[in-house]
Amino acid sequence: MPKKILFIEDESALQKTFGEILSKEGYEMISALDGETGLKLVKTKKPDLILLDLVLPRLNGFEVLKKLKENRETKDIPVIVLTNLERIEDVDKAIELGATTYLVKVQYTLEEVVEKIKKALGE
Amino acid sequence: MEIKEVFNQLNIPAQCKRYGLGLWQCPQFLFLIMGIIIIGSTLIAYAIGTRYVEDPEIVALIVLLITAVLFIIAFIITQSFERLAEASRMKSEFITIVSHQLRSPLTNLKWATELLMSGELGKIEERQAEYFRILKENSTRMLELISDLLIVSRMETEEMPLKKEEFSLKDLIGDLISEFQSFAKASNAEISFVAQEDLPKIFADPSRIRLVIENLLNNAIKYTKGNGRVKIKALKKDKKIYFEIKDNGLGIPKEDQKYIFQKFFRAKNAVRHQTQGSGLGLYITKAVLENSGGKIGFQSEENIGSTFWFTIPIK
Repeated sequence: MPKKILFIEDESALQKTFGEILSKEGYEMISALDGETGLKLVKTKKPDLILLDLVLPRLNGFEVLKKLKENRETKDIPVIVLTNLERIEDVDKAIELGATTYLVKVQYTLEEVVEKIKKALGE
Repeated sequence: MEIKEVFNQLNIPAQCKRYGLGLWQCPQFLFLIMGIIIIGSTLIAYAIGTRYVEDPEIVALIVLLITAVLFIIAFIITQSFERLAEASRMKSEFITIVSHQLRSPLTNLKWATELLMSGELGKIEERQAEYFRILKENSTRMLELISDLLIVSRMETEEMPLKKEEFSLKDLIGDLISEFQSFAKASNAEISFVAQEDLPKIFADPSRIRLVIENLLNNAIKYTKGNGRVKIKALKKDKKIYFEIKDNGLGIPKEDQKYIFQKFFRAKNAVRHQTQGSGLGLYITKAVLENSGGKIGFQSEENIGSTFWFTIPIK
């Protein structure tokens, strides 16, 4: 059974890029284009890891993170925040809410992001 | 609504902060000071007039009229200042918004290119790979330029408060040198670092000082003539830490030296040597150091090399 990664991100171009690279790495990627859909999919698909953008339509990333961590069933799923917000307040807030890792998109190559994903999955 | 606006206008410190201006540069505050001076001088004139002139009412009336005219002129002047400040604030805000908006599509572009280059989607011919590299390099360049622009506009709107703490400059330099090692190797440059033993900790914002050293180190390596030697020194001088970075690179032409800290300025030989660079690095570096209670300076000779130094308070 391949591990499941839920990618909550409103940029469909990124969804496509990550879908491609993650399936090559042997993972199954599930995509959600907004926060609300993301939360629904967490409940039905039970992913092993969540990749979360912060600027999202409907429910923003901070709210999604908060809801995930409040729920006993979902609070142990590791969450990697992948965003272009880089203010220290945002980083602190996300970590405080329980994010495992905080990655500012512009600072990483695709390969480095994949490495972080593997690490968060304990591989 | 109208009344609320009037009250907002009266809150001078808040208004000045909105423009990102200090109190003594702020039109509203200056206007208030001018008003106080005018009223004061009127009262003095009135006092003198009543004591020494036969017909004090006329003197007072003339003084009052002159004052009123002065007041109106001053008001018009400050209004125009205000408009200028507003325009500048909007420009900075505009840069921030545009930069953020540009980042997402550029990251998409960069990562999609990286995916293509990885060969996961099919084998890449050498000639194709060359153009993928061009795509990637240029998207990275744009992203770097945007980062610099964001830093500048945040500094100008004072949206970046300093978070000062005590930390070891020596450790920071060590970290940065290892981060820059692969870049140095690729540029055929060698970095050496000597620090005074028991170098005291400094009191500043670590993320900002990191930015400063990153910029200086990057320049020292980037503008090499080949076989580069970059020598870094850190020692205690009076109640400050003195940092020095010396290279044997291109150097800065004499006629360009006085402009080197200006926004978007790039020296002639730097442009010829390396087309990349936003011309913002040293501007940011100087601004950060001055905000942190430090100083920056340099000596440089074309074709021989440059030495940049800065000082930063210990506590």
